[in-house]
Amino acid sequence: MVGIGKTAFGAFPDRDLRSLAVEAGQKALENGHANTSQVEAFYLGNFAGPSFTGQNHLAPYISTAIGIKGVPATRFEAACASSGSAFFHAVSAVGAGLYDIVLVAGVEKMTSQPTPKVTEILAGAGDLCGEVRAGATFPALFAMIARRHMYQYGTTREQLAAVAVKNHQNGAKNPLAHMRKVITMEQALAGKPIAEPLTVYDCSLISDGAAAVLIMPLERASEFTDKPVRVLGIAQTSDHVALDEKDDITTLRAVKTSAEKAYKMAGVEAADIQFAEVHDCFTVAEILAIEDLGFVAKGEGGPFSLAGGTCLNGERPVNASGGLKSKGHPVGATGVGQICDVVEQIRGQAGERQVKRNTLGLAQNLGGSGATSVITILGAA
Amino acid sequence: MKDLGAGTIYTETVVYSPPEAYVDDVPYQLAIVELSGGRRVTGRVDGERAHIGDRVQFAEFRNNVPFFRKTS
Repeated sequence: MVGIGKTAFGAFPDRDLRSLAVEAGQKALENGHANTSQVEAFYLGNFAGPSFTGQNHLAPYISTAIGIKGVPATRFEAACASSGSAFFHAVSAVGAGLYDIVLVAGVEKMTSQPTPKVTEILAGAGDLCGEVRAGATFPALFAMIARRHMYQYGTTREQLAAVAVKNHQNGAKNPLAHMRKVITMEQALAGKPIAEPLTVYDCSLISDGAAAVLIMPLERASEFTDKPVRVLGIAQTSDHVALDEKDDITTLRAVKTSAEKAYKMAGVEAADIQFAEVHDCFTVAEILAIEDLGFVAKGEGGPFSLAGGTCLNGERPVNASGGLKSKGHPVGATGVGQICDVVEQIRGQAGERQVKRNTLGLAQNLGGSGATSVITILGAA
Repeated sequence: MKDLGAGTIYTETVVYSPPEAYVDDVPYQLAIVELSGGRRVTGRVDGERAHIGDRVQFAEFRNNVPFFRKTS
């Protein structure tokens, strides 16, 4: 990994989807000291550009606007894991020797639609013939996961709220975050109900934004940078789309299986991971993530979060960027955005959000209620 | 449409922020019901609020959505 580029995440009424993606792509090329003529392929992660904006055929629409001409340009869709998946496939292609220099971007433009319409478009990542027809939204699906986790493991509202409070604390230090606002435990607990037991403070944000990374084989990296970051392990796995088809909804099985594969590829164990960016689309999702990644035992995610274990100065910092909760969640940009955040930490460029132990980090990108999971383990080269 | 019979609430929520199609329904209770035989379906709970472990009885399909009612 030699270059990263991010736009701010937020609500940008004057920006269209393409201009966001172009900004991130150009920043990544500039950051990697590369030019457009060197790029051999363009991989794009985007969940619902056609539904949000009407525009289709997005990959060449964006790559040509960046100035990349003639190369394969393809869009990947895997719900909220769209750009994590694009990154996984780009790394696979470079690893297989198909290309050397590849630009991977993720983008979503969501705020041009009213919330009920956004909710409906997002629900398209669920099972339209079952749960969605019955009235499930994504907050409702994760609310049902939260209820069951509370029932089986005694997880509390305070433990969920602790995730939101911590992520807002971190996001307030992130100049590119959507909601740079500290919240108190009292505020988080008293939020407007969205789907019981989740309140508005348990839900990530509806955002516009883009992120991009420039990758190449490690042996070429020294031509471009003296600070490359290495992909040590990467895996993508899948599970049922419908929540009611999963055996145990308190475990994200695809997260477990992809983490196991990525740990094995990297030759590390869960205990070795020093910090992580995880997919906190809802507070309960961060609790499930730290359990299913093996950071804590099943059922311990809530107490560990409330005790401060995942804080910036905690035992294992999680979402130092502010996470999807505070940084924002432009769905298709999130996976590559997380990877940019881990790279910044490893380079020691995270400013006030810098974690102390920064040589081995992980990014966990989740699609839907767990049907796609992409895990990336990054380290100093 | 067939009768889904009796079941148990596996998990549930009450939705306040609806998708466009159900703006007029909020708040409504959504649940995953474990039917006898073990199969799970996602449907609505009508009437009295049900919690995890409560027994429910299938009432009817409305627009292909199964509706249940609490029995215990």
